Amino acid sequence: MDSFLLSLVVGAFVGGIAGYIGSLMITRQMSIVAGPLGHLALPGVALALVFGFNIFIGALLSIGIGAIVIWFFNHRLKSKVHLEALVAVVFASGVAIGFLFLPISDAEAALIGDITRVNMTDLLLVIPLSIMLFFVVRFIYNKIILCDLSRGLAKSMGIDCSKYNLVYLLSIALVVAMEVKMVGILLTAALVAIPAVAARNITNSIKQYSFMSMVFGCFSVVSGISLSMITKYPPGPLMILVAFSLFLISWIFVKR
Amino acid sequence: MKKENKKQQRIKGKGKMEKKNNLLSVRNLNVYFDDEQIIKDFSFNVKKGDIITIIGPNGSGKTTLLNALLGMLPSNGRMTGIIKWQPKVKINYLPQDFSKAKFSKLPLTIRDFFRFKTKSDDEIIKMLSKVGLKRSKNILDRNPSKLSSGQFQRLLIAWSLIDDPDVLLLDEPTAGLDIGGEETVYSLLKKFWDKHRITILLITHDLNIVYGYSSYCLCMSKNTHCYGVPQDVLTPQKLRSLYGNKIKFYKHKHII
Repeated sequence: MDSFLLSLVVGAFVGGIAGYIGSLMITRQMSIVAGPLGHLALPGVALALVFGFNIFIGALLSIGIGAIVIWFFNHRLKSKVHLEALVAVVFASGVAIGFLFLPISDAEAALIGDITRVNMTDLLLVIPLSIMLFFVVRFIYNKIILCDLSRGLAKSMGIDCSKYNLVYLLSIALVVAMEVKMVGILLTAALVAIPAVAARNITNSIKQYSFMSMVFGCFSVVSGISLSMITKYPPGPLMILVAFSLFLISWIFVKR
Repeated sequence: MKKENKKQQRIKGKGKMEKKNNLLSVRNLNVYFDDEQIIKDFSFNVKKGDIITIIGPNGSGKTTLLNALLGMLPSNGRMTGIIKWQPKVKINYLPQDFSKAKFSKLPLTIRDFFRFKTKSDDEIIKMLSKVGLKRSKNILDRNPSKLSSGQFQRLLIAWSLIDDPDVLLLDEPTAGLDIGGEETVYSLLKKFWDKHRITILLITHDLNIVYGYSSYCLCMSKNTHCYGVPQDVLTPQKLRSLYGNKIKFYKHKHII
């Protein structure tokens, strides 16, 4: 398959699922968490580069482990420390480990990402994963929201918030791992946060909101890649700038 | 201390006779948080259709009691004793941590909110009109945080009643309401109770409610507790030992 087409397809899937899960993240003040989680890709990417296996798998492994560690700490310490602080602890340590091994000459691929370099393996991994994640997130969506509204109430309805939080964190980890190859470690937060905020501006119901967030995510990535073809600027930053433009436009239509 | 125990015995004996009618029976319940004992040797029975009010100063463990009854103590809590619900009772819980502020950031319409419980819009509208939330245009499409505090509280009541519970646990359902709002909420609950004879366990600070509405009152503080018909157990001495000496109480016989 033509590499442009390949990157469009992979991008559309990753952008869509990032927007979708992002819509759930901004409702609980966690959009910025995608950033640190993205950084957790570093040790995995470093190992992948050193041992020569797929970067995406490396990123997935280390982010996944990081997410489980964060969840575990949160589960044990939640009465004392905010989740956000635990993320800071774990992510900084992860980055430190990453920099021990990361060949600096290859750091650019990890930090900025480059979707034009996706290959067939990536495609075969990304498409089923995105579809699976969509259904997982759809399944936990309302439960997570109920947990946020009132943990006590959710519990009384038999919803185990802690369990759903783990699924939620692991889903974020997967999405972020897929993002790393596209926009790089530094920009992972943008792709989950901006489409969701734009969607929030113009919608009032959960259904519309999560759907529009997915559409915006997908649109930003696809247009970013296309613009990159025309302008020769790198695609990652362009995707984010498209998303930012959507956000600005959404202000005109803010629903109050 | 000994006197206290005797009273416990008496209640226990009574319990045996009426065992079959008991919707809930609690025997020698002790609840500890870490090393601190929050609930000391509670025993009481609740019959179907009872309204039980729970009063006591802040920090006396009222919410903890409800949580224990729901089997959802936090991870640092443990309990001994017996809590026995009649099999298959449907218990709905309205905790205190529901706040309008939490809703305002969510793109959640009133319809979305009720979707956790029912699929039918007609049912929602019917329930909303029962609690006096007039069928203003598109009320289902509005965010719950757009309601006034009084309306919001009635919305929560409607929400907790819509799936026909046998038992309703309410944790200060009128916190933050003015006198009018408070009155509305309670007369609403009373109306429901008259019609459906649901069992209500209610945490409140309002002695008028305790005297006016409840079949039994459970009073609790760090050092003492009591259970019985409010006019019998809530003696001025008891109230003083609950709340301290400086507070004066007035019993309003004319209410209801």
